[in-house]
Amino acid sequence: MSSKTVQALDRVVIRFAGDSGDGMQLTGDRFTSDTAALGNDLSTLPNFPAEIRAPQGTLPGVSSFQLHFADHDVLTPGDAPDVLVAMNPAALKANLGDVPRGATIIVNTDEFTSRNLAKVGYTTNPVDDGTLESFHVHPVALTSITVEALAGFDGLTRKEKERAKNMFALGLLSWMYTRPTTGTEAFLTKKFGARPDILAANLAALRAGWNYGETTEDFASSFVVAPAKMPPGTYRNVTGNTALALGLVAAAHRASLPLVLGSYPITPASDILHALAALKRHGVTTLQAEDEIAGIGIALGASFGGAIGVTTTSGPGVALKSETIGLAVSLELPLIIVDVQRGGPSTGLPTKTEQADLLQAMFGRNGESPVPIIAPRTPADCFSAAMDAVRIATTYRTPVFLLSDGYLANGSEPWSVPSVEELPDLHVAFASEPNATDPKGEPVFHPFLRDEETLARPWAVPGTPGLEHRIGGIEKADVTGNISYDPDNHDLMTRLRQAKIDGISVPHLEVDDPAGDARVLVLGWGSTYGPIAAATRVVRNSGRSVARAHLRHLNPFPANLGDVLRSYDRVVVPEMNLGQLAMLLRAEFLVDARSHTSVRGLPFSTVELADVISTTLEELS
Amino acid sequence: MTTIDVGMPVSGLRSVPHLPQEAAKQTKREFTSDQEVRWCPGCGDYVILAAVQAFLPELGLKRENIVFVSGIGCSSRFPYYLDTYGLHSIHGRAPAIATGLATSREDLSVWVVTGDGDALSIGGNHLIHALRRNVNMTILLFNNQIYGLTKGQYSPTSRVGQVTKSTPAGSVDYPFNPVSLALGAEATFVARAMESDRAELTTILKAAAEHRGTALVEIYQNCPIFNDGAFEVLKDRSQQEARIVRLRSGEHVTVGAEGDRKVLVRKGSGVMKFIPEAEAATGESGAVVAHDPTLDDPSQAFQLSRLDTPEMTHVPMGIFRQVSRPTYDDLVRDQVRAAVDTAGGPAGDAELGELLRGRDTWTVE
Ligand SMILES: Cc1ncc(C[n+]2csc(CCOP(=O)(O)OP(=O)(O)O)c2C)c(N)n1
Ligand code: SF4
Ligand SMILES: [Mg+2]
Repeated sequence: MSSKTVQALDRVVIRFAGDSGDGMQLTGDRFTSDTAALGNDLSTLPNFPAEIRAPQGTLPGVSSFQLHFADHDVLTPGDAPDVLVAMNPAALKANLGDVPRGATIIVNTDEFTSRNLAKVGYTTNPVDDGTLESFHVHPVALTSITVEALAGFDGLTRKEKERAKNMFALGLLSWMYTRPTTGTEAFLTKKFGARPDILAANLAALRAGWNYGETTEDFASSFVVAPAKMPPGTYRNVTGNTALALGLVAAAHRASLPLVLGSYPITPASDILHALAALKRHGVTTLQAEDEIAGIGIALGASFGGAIGVTTTSGPGVALKSETIGLAVSLELPLIIVDVQRGGPSTGLPTKTEQADLLQAMFGRNGESPVPIIAPRTPADCFSAAMDAVRIATTYRTPVFLLSDGYLANGSEPWSVPSVEELPDLHVAFASEPNATDPKGEPVFHPFLRDEETLARPWAVPGTPGLEHRIGGIEKADVTGNISYDPDNHDLMTRLRQAKIDGISVPHLEVDDPAGDARVLVLGWGSTYGPIAAATRVVRNSGRSVARAHLRHLNPFPANLGDVLRSYDRVVVPEMNLGQLAMLLRAEFLVDARSHTSVRGLPFSTVELADVISTTLEELS
Repeated sequence: MTTIDVGMPVSGLRSVPHLPQEAAKQTKREFTSDQEVRWCPGCGDYVILAAVQAFLPELGLKRENIVFVSGIGCSSRFPYYLDTYGLHSIHGRAPAIATGLATSREDLSVWVVTGDGDALSIGGNHLIHALRRNVNMTILLFNNQIYGLTKGQYSPTSRVGQVTKSTPAGSVDYPFNPVSLALGAEATFVARAMESDRAELTTILKAAAEHRGTALVEIYQNCPIFNDGAFEVLKDRSQQEARIVRLRSGEHVTVGAEGDRKVLVRKGSGVMKFIPEAEAATGESGAVVAHDPTLDDPSQAFQLSRLDTPEMTHVPMGIFRQVSRPTYDDLVRDQVRAAVDTAGGPAGDAELGELLRGRDTWTVE
C-alpha cells in the first residue's frame, strides 16, 4: 500500500514536549506502552512543572516526556533526543538546547503565532528564520489538521476537537516508528467509554495522525526497532512508584500481615498513596492523615497493633516525621518510611529529582538513632527494595528508610514479573507467651529481652493475654523495659540499638569489572545506576577498563565495602547531591573517595559520566 | 459498600472481647501495674488514676484488649501505672497513633491520656482531626491549666493574666475552652468532670467508654506544685453549688442550691441567661432550657459550653453532647471488607500474581 521505505534502527530517543495542558505525559505513556508491547527495552523520563497549569504557552508551563527504546538493553532515558515533538514555541525553546544537530524536530506550526512567539521572546519564527537549519524539521499544522479530521463531529466544540491533537501526534509517531496502536485504542475505549463522541474523536485523531505520516510526502520513510533480547519471562512496564506500592503489598502478603499506610500527599510520593488506596481488595488500609506527623503516627500505631505500618513522603515530610522515627527507634517496632526524594532544601524543586536526603535519613534525628537505609536503583527495582525493607523492619523490629527519588518514581522500564512463590517468605512470629520468670518464679514478660542473634526484641501485640506491657520513648531498662535513668543502662541500650542495626544481614557488594584489571571504581547508590552503567559501558567499549559497583544498603554498609574500596587506586562517587555518600565513605573507611556531583534536578547524562571516568583514567596513566 | 446502621447507638466496646459471664470479677488490683507512681504528692492525677483503676474492671473487658496511649506530660505517664497494654509516645501525637491502632484493630478498647498542653497546644491539630473523624476511642484530657512536666509555664487553657514562670507579667494569651473546641470540631461525645468528684467522673467515663466514636472527657485536675487551687472555687463546698451547673439529660439547666436556684432561659434573641427560679416560672423572660445531649445540632451544647468564664462563675459539668455518627474506623474497615468480600475473599497467591502482572503484559520466550 505505502510506497515509503522502512529503515531499521537499533535505538531511538523521542521527546514529546508541549504545554502542561497538551497531554504530553499521557502521549508519552501511551507510546511507552505500545513500545513495551513490541518487546523493545526502554527507559522513560517524564519532566513536568510543579504548577498544574502554568500560564499557557510560557516556558514555565512546558511539560515533556522522554523515551529511550532499543533492540538491546537500555540503561537510561537517553542523553539527547533523536526526535523532538514541539507542540508550541515554548516547548521548542525550552528543549532545543538538548537536541543534537541532525535530529528530527516535528513542530505544531498552528501554535507558532506571533503572540505565542512573543510570549517566549522569539522575535521571528524559528521554524523559518534559519534557527532550525541544522535539523530535519517537519512543520505540521497539527491543530488545524486535527480539527479538520474531526469536521464530522458536530457535537463537539472546537476546543474539544483541538484537545485531540495529542492523539494525532501519537498516531503520527506510531506510524513513523511502526508501533501498533491497538493498546492505545483499548485504553481510550476504557477512558472515554462514557462519552462515545469524545472516544470516537480521539480514535479518529489517532488514525488521522497515522494516515498523515503514511500519505504526506514530508515523511519519506518510517523506521523499525527490533525487539530487544531480554531474559525469558512475563514482562510489564512499571514506574518506580507503582513497583514500590506492589512491593509493599507483596511483602505484606508474604508476611501474612495487614498493610497499613498513613500518609499526607506530597509530590513525587503521592502516587504510592493513590496506588495503595486502590488495593483494598488486597486488604490494604490507607489513611490520609492531617499532616506528615499524623501519617507516621498512624503507621506506628498500626505497627504496635501488629500490622506493617508504612508512611510515604518526600524530604519536607521526612523533616516533620523525624521525632516519630526517633520514637520508633526507641520502641523498636517495625515501620517503613518511604522518602521519594526531590530537589531541596525547603519546597525546592517538587517535581525534579535529587539524592540529597541521604544524610537526613542517616542522621536527621536527635540522639543516637540509627535507622537502616535501602535505596532502589531502577524503577522496577523499587519492588524488591520495598520487600527487602519490610524484611529488615520485621526481622529486626526497626524503622527502615526506603530512599527512592523523583526520577525512579516517575520513570518507567520493563519489569520481569516474578512469580509469587519465588518471592521471599517474610513470616514473623509474634510473642505469644511470657519469656522469663520473676524472683518468685512466676512467669513474666520482658518486652526488651532480645533475640541473641538479631538483637531484636519480641513483638508482642495487644490482645495477647499475659503479655500486657508498657513501652515509651523514655529510656528503658535493658530486658524489663521499665523506665530507667541509670547512666550505665543508657550507655548499654544506646550501644545495643546501634549494634542491632550494624548487625543487620545485608548481601556483599558485587563489583562489575569484566576485564579484571581496573584501577578505577565508580561507586553509586540509588537512581544513578543507569547513567553509571551506561557510562562505564561507553568507556569499556573504547577499550579501557573501569570497575563499577552500586550500593543498595546505605546503612549498614555491606561488610566487604571497605575491602572493595581499598582495592582500587581511585574511587569515583557520582551523586545528585553535594557528596553525601562520599562523606560517609570517607568518615567510615578513611578512603579518598572523589565526588562527582550535580543537582540540576535531572539524572546524570551518560556522556557527562563517561567524561568523568575518562578524565580519572587519564590522571592515573 | 456495606452501610452502617446508625439507627441504634452501637457500643464502643461492641467488638472488644469481654470476659466470659462465669469468670471471676476483675478487681482494681489486676489493673494496677507494678510500677512506682511518680507524681508529686497531692497531685490530682492520683485521684484520676484511682478512679480509672477502679472503674475499668466494671467494663468486663479482657485486660489484654485494652490499650492506653499517651503523649508527653505529667498526665501522660498514666499508662505506666495500669496493667494493660500501654504506649507512652511523644508530645501531642497520641491521637494520631491511637487512630492507626484503633483503625487497624477493632478488637481493642483504645484510650488516650493527654494534658492541656499536649492536647491543645502541640497536638491541637491531631485532636481536632480525631474528633471530626470520630475514631472509636476515648480521650481523657487532664486540664490543670499549666505545663506541669516542664515546671510551670502557662498553657493554652491558662487564664489571661495568669502569672507563671514564662509569664511573669501575666499571660496575655487568650485561652481555649476545650469543650467549645471539641464541639466546634463536631465531636460526637463531649463531657467535663472534676477529678475530685469520683462518682460523677466514673459515670462519665463509663458513658465515654460505651460511646462508639471519639469521646472527649475534659477532667479538671489540680497541680498543687505549679498551679495550686486552680479549681478551688469549684471544690469549695460553700461556693460549689452556686457555680457548678450539673448537666442532666432531659432536665432543666439550673445552678444553685434549693431556695437560691437559678434557671437557664433562652431569650427571644437566642441569648441564654440564668434567672431566679421564680422569675423563670412566669415564662416572660424566655423559654427554660432543657438539656438534650442527643441533639444533632451542636449549637445548644456549644452555647452551654460558653456559660463558662475564666472567673468560673458558672461552670457546666457533665455530658454536653452524645450523638451517634458513623465512626471513621468502622467506615475504613468496611470499605476494605467490602472490597475483599466482593472479590470473593482474601487475596491468595493467584490474585497477588494477577495484581503484579497488571493488565498489560508481554512474554519473552
Ligand atoms: C517536642 C517536644 N517539645 C517540648 C517538650 C517538653 N514538654 C514536655 S511536657 C510539656 C508540656 C506538658 O503540659 P501538659 O500537656 O499540660 O501536661 P502536664 O504535665 O501538665 O500534665 C512540654 C512542653 C517535649 N517533651 N517534646
Ligand atoms: S507537677 Fe503538677 S501535674 Fe505534675 S505531677 Fe507534680 S503536681 Fe502533678
Ligand atoms: Mg497541663
